[in-house]
Amino acid sequence: MKKIILPLDEKEINSLHAGDSVLLSGTIYTARDCAHRRIFELLDKGEKLPFPLKGAIIYYAGPCPAPAGKACGSCGPTTSARMNAFAPRLLDLGLCGMIGKGEMSGETAEAIRRNKGIYFAAIGGAGATYGNAIKKATCVAFEDLLSEAIYRMEVEDFPLVVAIDSHGNSIY
Amino acid sequence: MLPFLKNLSYNRGMRIVNTQEIQNCVYRLARKAGLSLTDSCRSAMEEAEKIESGAAKFALNTLLENERTAKREQMPICQDTGLSVVMMELGQEVFLEGPPLSKAVDEGVRRAYRDGNFRKSVCDPLTRQNTGDNTPAHLHVEIVEGDKIQISFLPKGFGSENMSRLYMLTPSEGRNGIIKSIVETVKLAGSKPCPPVYVGVGIGGTFDSCALLAKKALLREVGSRNERADVASIEEEALEKINALKIGAQGFGGKVTALGVSCELRPTHIAGLPVAVNIQCHCVRCEKEIL
Repeated sequence: MKKIILPLDEKEINSLHAGDSVLLSGTIYTARDCAHRRIFELLDKGEKLPFPLKGAIIYYAGPCPAPAGKACGSCGPTTSARMNAFAPRLLDLGLCGMIGKGEMSGETAEAIRRNKGIYFAAIGGAGATYGNAIKKATCVAFEDLLSEAIYRMEVEDFPLVVAIDSHGNSIY
Repeated sequence: MLPFLKNLSYNRGMRIVNTQEIQNCVYRLARKAGLSLTDSCRSAMEEAEKIESGAAKFALNTLLENERTAKREQMPICQDTGLSVVMMELGQEVFLEGPPLSKAVDEGVRRAYRDGNFRKSVCDPLTRQNTGDNTPAHLHVEIVEGDKIQISFLPKGFGSENMSRLYMLTPSEGRNGIIKSIVETVKLAGSKPCPPVYVGVGIGGTFDSCALLAKKALLREVGSRNERADVASIEEEALEKINALKIGAQGFGGKVTALGVSCELRPTHIAGLPVAVNIQCHCVRCEKEIL
């Protein structure tokens, strides 16, 4: 399986096609419903975000607590469609792509194509597999949201499928 | 308990159970459920993996391996350790003593989610403030004959719960209307609920009891058939039509969109035909114990 390391440059992104299986390593940020709402509040007020959006990959996920001796607990993807309301604006502001599960809207797919971004599908339900592949997890914002807070994660060999590629093609 | 009550219950042959025992039982069931698929679900997933190809096969392979990882590392299979649904069949010859039943169940959930490093996924519906301990549990008690207590624990993830639907059909829509509603629900859900799904269907009753029937149908083994032949034939035809949708594992396309369809029914009003379709993802976790 093809191994890819973040950050991805334009050439690498263009070489990935919907349906390709990859093992992804590097730094990603978790955010789901509540964290996105707060990110939008910060953007609307013109305030600084708690992590650099440009070139970043957001993982739609909320982990279980870490057991003793582990960086993170189980941490598979959540349903991406709920984030359709947020993804296009973030992509237009420089977000490189997202990891989640399930289809996303035509509007999101168009924003991915327009910005040469990418959407990876993680395997929904494989929480232990992904949790085990997270080598470091640090809460960087909204700690009060517990599992819904934003975590910066160092991941190693995340098994993913390219779901929507930079050309706008979708696996769904 | 008052001494005279104890004597009374003893004289009547009541079995006395302290709710602490129920708390401990809920704790055991919850801990176990978070870490393992039901045997019938695993078998259905293994069968699906054999006949799929491409991305769907990759997904099913990853998921079967994931359960082994969960066991080995003692981590939850899926991070969505769900709302805690507890179905209890309480024999009417049981006398409960100790803390109130619902408090005992909640305490079992609280301890299990803390000790198991399970995610706390319960929040206020408006403020979205997390309750912090995955309580309250969703406890359904049915009083039955006998002196036993059967407890089923179903951690219910919400990627799939969100895709569930309730239909108030007219009697004339009948069998075809029921099948159409089941298939439509799965089609609208698409790739979102983590297919291949397990579909629980309630037929009849009222608006509320119909939805509960659908949830109860999910307690059945994946692949089992209703004892009534006319109901079993609805299960079979709905499953066939769902798999013809070709949504496949994770929505990657394939032959297996559902692992099974289970229908439960009860009498309803002469004017209506309620149908509730409760979607369960491929991660069927359900543990049972009889006290």
